[in-house]
This record gives sequence, C-alpha cells and structure tokens, in this order.
Amino acid sequence: MVIRVEHELHTRRKGRNAGVGLLLVGFIAIVFGLTVVKVLQLDNIRQFETFDHAPRPQLVPETEVGQ
Amino acid sequence: MTDFSANDHTTQKAGHEAGMGDYFALLKPRVMSLVVFTALVGLLVAPVPVHPFIGFVAILCIAVGAGASGALNMWWDADIDAVMKRTVGRPIPSGRVAPGEALGIGAALSGFAIVLLGLATNFLAAGLLAFTIFFYLVVYSMWLKRATPQNIVIGGAAGAFPPMIGWAVATGGVSIESLLMFALIFMWTPPHFWALALFVKSDYGRAGVPMLTETHGRDVTRRHVLVYTLLLVPVALGLGLTSIGGPFYMAVAVVMNVWFLKGAYDIWQRDDAACEADKHAVEIKVFKVSLYYLFAHFGALLVEAALRLYGLGGWSW
Repeated sequence: MVIRVEHELHTRRKGRNAGVGLLLVGFIAIVFGLTVVKVLQLDNIRQFETFDHAPRPQLVPETEVGQ
Repeated sequence: MTDFSANDHTTQKAGHEAGMGDYFALLKPRVMSLVVFTALVGLLVAPVPVHPFIGFVAILCIAVGAGASGALNMWWDADIDAVMKRTVGRPIPSGRVAPGEALGIGAALSGFAIVLLGLATNFLAAGLLAFTIFFYLVVYSMWLKRATPQNIVIGGAAGAFPPMIGWAVATGGVSIESLLMFALIFMWTPPHFWALALFVKSDYGRAGVPMLTETHGRDVTRRHVLVYTLLLVPVALGLGLTSIGGPFYMAVAVVMNVWFLKGAYDIWQRDDAACEADKHAVEIKVFKVSLYYLFAHFGALLVEAALRLYGLGGWSW
C-alpha cells in the first residue's frame, strides 16, 4: 500500500479547515482586542497592584516620593 | 405529524461534504443584514458613547445570534422547507447539511454570541439576545408558525429586538426610545409580510402552515394590511417625539407614512380581478415601499444622531 503524506480527506476538507482556521484566528483577535480595550478603560491601573515582597517604587504614594 | 417524519427528505447526501458556504447559508445572511442595520442604529443613537471595538464586537454577537436562530429555525422547519419551492434549495432539504449539524451549529453559536455579548458589554443586552433566540425558535418556529395565521404578527417580535439590544449595549437599560424602535419593527412586519403574501404564490398550505391569505382569504388580508399600517403611524410619529427624534426624522416619518398608508389603502380598494389584471403591480409596489419605509426611518434616526454631534439634531436647538 502506498503511503501518502496527504490523505484524501485533507484535500476534500481543505476549504472547511481553512474556514475554521480563519474563524479561530478571528476569535483570538476579538478576545485580545477586548482585553486591551477593557484594560485601557480602567481608571487607574495602580489600584490592582499590591505588595509582592519586592520594592515597587510605583506603589509609593507621590507625597512620600516628594519628601 | 411529527417533525421527524421529514427526515426522509432531509438526510445528508451520501458522500457530500458540506463547505463553509453551506454552513454560512444556514445563518440566513439576508435576514442578518437587516438585524445588523437596526441593531447598529439602536447602538449609535443611544446617548451613551460606546468604544468602537466594543461596538463592533456587540454588533458581531447580535449578528451571530441572529444567524444562530436562523440555523435553529432551519433545523426545526426542515420538513416545511422540503415541501415548499422557495425553500427546497436550503442547505438541509437539499441534503448539503445534516439536520444534526444545523442544530449543533445553531446551539453552539447561540451560546457563543450570548456569552461573549454579556462579557463584552452587559448582561441585559445578553439576556435580550438570549430571549430573542428563544422567541424565534420556540415561540415562533415551534409554536405559532404551524398553529395560527397570526404567526407573523407575534413572531415578528423576534425581528424587532435588535435595535433594543443595540440600545441596551450602550445604555445598559431599556427606555421609551428603545421600546418604540421595537414597536416600529413589530408593527411594520405584518403589513410588510402580507403585502408580499398577496403577490407571491406560496405553497404554505401544502406545507401545513396557516397563512392569512389561505386561511381567511385575500380580502381579509388586504383589510389587515390597511389596519396594521394605520396602527403603525402613531408608533412611527411617536418615536420622532422622543430624545432620538427631531424635525428631520419627523419630516421623513410623515412622508413615508403617507406613502405607505396610500399604498395600503390602494391594496384595500382592490379585488382579485384587479390584481390579476395588472399582475399585482400595486402589491409589489407597496412591498417595495415597506422596505424603503423601514430603512428611511432608521436612516433618519442615524441622521438625527449625526446632527446632534453638531448641536443641530433633536428638538432642543
């Protein structure tokens, strides 16, 4: 039996597979875009940052930095 | 009669592989275009600005939700579609897509569209989209369509929800403006559809679907067209008095309502002999006017919203 790299099924479903691939890429783009937009819409990103056992200059209030 | 009796006509052709085009046809793209337009107007005329990308995703979700309900409708109505000439070429009756595939695609896309709309915007908009899909599939397709000649009246609500969803995307609520946009499409659907039913030779009777033209006759249908067009007038004019209306919208609404009403009156005045004599010229014309009517009203709302950006729209300037 001849071993074929590409099965007949692959040729038959080429269009469908390409379509599904494009839809998945579109879905990734939507989720990524939504994430970017939602994060940029947050008031102040610092409110979500907390102590993590290392010096974090951005967490020091501006008044203390001035002193 | 059960729906499964129709499966004799609707099994997938042996060896046939459905392509993306066949699956896309399941989503009823032409219906989707009207849904996208009215939902977009609902979103853009709302007083709360929406980020363009979120707006795009919201409209995409509404379109996918509408398409999903179209696929579910084709799955349920496969037996009817197989009998009628107009629909026999659809993906399921023609054997290009198996009924189970249509059900799977419809259910999956419904879930996808509702969840994504909820996460991207708010859960009221997602809830309204879910209700629209439920209404179209269960209330219209499963219940009313085969049970009453008034199916198109109540079932028309499914097509009337999109601007309300668009408004909810922006505002997170429901208001008199969105309710009137809903009412405009809801009241417009019966005269629009019955004008079509008067000149298209349908085989709904053979398919067991009660249509007003066949259950009550064409004279009763003509009277219904006139009555529903009359009832539509206060809704269309009332919308012009809300915060999204204005002088431009009102001028368009007056002209279009007079035009549509004149057409409905002309239809009412006719009988079958007159219709046969001019090959339904008046009915065809009124059907076209009904299409212009809806696009003109929603287009005028968009113009009012654009004018408001320059301090000119609405009644306050």
